[in-house]
Amino acid sequence: MVFSYYPGCTLRTRAKELDEKARKCAEALGITLEEIPDWQCCGGCYPVASDEIATRLSAVRALMAAKSEERPLVTLCSACHNVLKRTRHDLQTDETFRDRVNRYMGNDPVYAGEGEVIHFLEMLRDKVGFDTIRAAVKNPLTGRRIAAYYGCLLLRPSGVMAFDDPENPTVIEDFIRALGAESVAWSMRNECCGSYMALEDKGIVERKSGSVLANAKAQGADTVITACPLCLYNLQKFGGQDLPVVYFTELLYEALGL
Amino acid sequence: MQRIGVFVCWCGSNIAATVDVKAVAEALGKEPGVVYFEDYQYMCSEEGQTKLQNAIRDYKLTGAVVCSCSPRMHEATFRKAAAKAGVNSFMVEIANIREQCSWIHKNKEEATEKAIILGRAAIAKVHLNAPLTAGESPVTKRALVIGGGIAGIQTALDIADAGFEVDIVEKKPTIGGKMSQIDKTFPTLDCAACILTPKMVEVAQNEKIRIFSYSEVDKVQGFVGNFSVSIRRKARFVDEVKCTGCGLCTEKCPQKKVPNEFNLGLDQRRAIYIPFAQAVPKVATIDPDYCTMLKTGKCGVCSKICTAGAIDYKQKDSFIEEKYGAIVVATGFNPIELNKYDEFAYSQSPDVITSLEFERITNAAGPTGGTLLRPSDGEHPKKIVFVQCVGSREDGSGCGKTYCSKICCMYTAKHAMLTREKYPDTEVYVFYIDVRTPGKSFDEFYRRAVEEYGVHYIKGMVGKVIPQGKKLMVRASDLIDRKQLLIDADLVVLAAAIEPDKSARPLATMLTASMDTNDFFTEAHPKLRPVESPTAGIFLSGCCQGPKDIPETVSQASACAAKVIGLLCRDKLTGNPCVAHSDELMCNGCSTCEKVCPYGAITYQDKEFRMPDRTMRTRRVASVNPAVCQGCGACTVACPSGAMDLHGFSNSQIMAEVDAICK
Repeated sequence: MVFSYYPGCTLRTRAKELDEKARKCAEALGITLEEIPDWQCCGGCYPVASDEIATRLSAVRALMAAKSEERPLVTLCSACHNVLKRTRHDLQTDETFRDRVNRYMGNDPVYAGEGEVIHFLEMLRDKVGFDTIRAAVKNPLTGRRIAAYYGCLLLRPSGVMAFDDPENPTVIEDFIRALGAESVAWSMRNECCGSYMALEDKGIVERKSGSVLANAKAQGADTVITACPLCLYNLQKFGGQDLPVVYFTELLYEALGL
Repeated sequence: MQRIGVFVCWCGSNIAATVDVKAVAEALGKEPGVVYFEDYQYMCSEEGQTKLQNAIRDYKLTGAVVCSCSPRMHEATFRKAAAKAGVNSFMVEIANIREQCSWIHKNKEEATEKAIILGRAAIAKVHLNAPLTAGESPVTKRALVIGGGIAGIQTALDIADAGFEVDIVEKKPTIGGKMSQIDKTFPTLDCAACILTPKMVEVAQNEKIRIFSYSEVDKVQGFVGNFSVSIRRKARFVDEVKCTGCGLCTEKCPQKKVPNEFNLGLDQRRAIYIPFAQAVPKVATIDPDYCTMLKTGKCGVCSKICTAGAIDYKQKDSFIEEKYGAIVVATGFNPIELNKYDEFAYSQSPDVITSLEFERITNAAGPTGGTLLRPSDGEHPKKIVFVQCVGSREDGSGCGKTYCSKICCMYTAKHAMLTREKYPDTEVYVFYIDVRTPGKSFDEFYRRAVEEYGVHYIKGMVGKVIPQGKKLMVRASDLIDRKQLLIDADLVVLAAAIEPDKSARPLATMLTASMDTNDFFTEAHPKLRPVESPTAGIFLSGCCQGPKDIPETVSQASACAAKVIGLLCRDKLTGNPCVAHSDELMCNGCSTCEKVCPYGAITYQDKEFRMPDRTMRTRRVASVNPAVCQGCGACTVACPSGAMDLHGFSNSQIMAEVDAICK
């Protein structure tokens, strides 16, 4: 299977291991991730100003590039995934936005958000299948107690992200079990880490990330996994616990024996 | 040629403000066949009806068109008036110029034009109308009540008191419903069992009432006054007649690990069980999912110790066929599943419970003998947080309900008050969106909880419950104080939304009774006919129609019984003459109509016909049972040869109306 791939800029700088290990794991599972040409930064976070189209244009370009390849577009970073899916949703539902974007870009025919955007986890669940992964695991993580950290962004807004229940998700837990580890039940898994408040008020992030990791620790987790570079940064830097936080792809990489 | 009178109603200003009623009357007066026209302020008033009757006599009218409100409102009124003046009811047609014209338009000129067109269509139809006479059918003087909770019990008792026979079908092993699980009732705080169990005994002892417990309605056929119902009596593997209810088997059964549904899984029962001490009928039931004998064939303890010889492992489901004149739906409610509300950690911690579970924990006959103890460690909780509106009043995009479940504010106030009374050292918080306590002595009750019992009522919702060690960390917002709160609670009680029982939807299909999008049964009229379903002969009692507390349920149950008694008192029912009929010469026996008929009114017969060459030939033709047909018209549309037609709404009448509108 070949999918289009949008790494995003963080994965080329701070979060290299997220990107590299994801590609190697995908190869091992029989999937080729082909980077779309000339991609630009997604914008980092979905803009709140709805009357400005410029902030969403790079996401539109990425979507169009994938569309022309006629392949689903796979994303890995929670933030990129959020921006791309929401921009696609805007193109499909917001007529004014769609018209302005198409006029500005001189599109003919008009682009209206066609093509699929899926998160790497969605790809593992729906395109590869957790049973296939279970069979491909060479180095099962037996005895490990892993806490799945969704954060706030991966599944919300749930109507647009549409890949798992935002309050009661199962996708990362199923992933953990496929790797042979035990998934920890904990209640802070879909709370915010403090996000960009790290720039404004570190105290907030310390409180948010601190309570997340404290809960994971109290529930007996030995590792926390995430799909978001910013969550990883905040939890590691401000979490205040001696508890490893890694990308979910690192765990997959280890279990596949790569 | 018909002699038609046209009567245009003003409906005060409801019609006259938007439609030029005089212009309508004059324009319609020029239509062929119209010999009389007039407009009047209130046609439905006695004066208006007299005008219609006088015109019929004075102008020898053969038909009439009343341009007024919806026929659902006053068609019957005008038809009755016409019949008194000697014109067949079905020669009167209504042109709806209120709901379908004046109320929805603003431009007077356009509305007037539309009213004229609607009137013209009705006139065109009257030209083709023929007098119709309704048939009569007898009434079976027995009622069926589906559901044996407090609603079904009350309805059954009232109908039986009037001297009619009633059967109660209850899917559980005992009647009693949700009320039997409740500890105390608001606002008087009397014990639920003390007021319910005498009623249950009364039902059991009433000679007019039969209880079919552990049974379900399997099939319903027929129509108002003449339903025939098949009831499935599920195998309980115990002979109901022989069992004395001594309960010895329920103590000796070696299979002890069955979640006890009566206590909502908070404790365990045996595989053979009697749900609770006051069960009616007091008969044991074997749970086939857990009984070792039924699963492996090795055990038989209950059969050995039963001195009455009531155990029968070979029992099978049996069926009872019975005829009823009326059917009462009293299928009740359930709290919603909370597995989608992970933010409240319901599935993560045993100390997060629903309000119904709280009832069991505080009930003297419950798993803790009425002492308030945490399910996890049996310790006494010192700090309790109640969360209201869990799954109620949501925006509709999530997994919750958009409606208010109505009973939660009052029972939460009750729980909070009782906790503070029994355990004054316990701190109690209640989080609410609004406190809704209309009802007799209800608001006083809630205020007592706040003012006398010191319950902390906080406006705001709980955002998250985090189990941490032995505590439940409750994060919430106080909207009035504008503060984020973090409470280290020992017990969290969720007031889960209530929804109709899951059995209601398939039952509605069987009864052809309509439901709303929340699966509550709809009433024939939300204000004026609240206990009847739009389907004739089907009545609604209790929470199957919408959320209700006990006093309201009982009043509605009695109202429902009154309606049923009114029906069963009659010896004959007048049918609807607007039913389908088949032209046998045109029918080619294709069975299309039989397949589309939702009421099973069409059958096929072999009949002999004389052919053009004077030979006789047997042909298969459709035949409609007019007593069963509801006049929906599905067959007339489906019939490929045009043999099916509907009295009162014939194809030619409808085409004439369309032609008149398009002219």
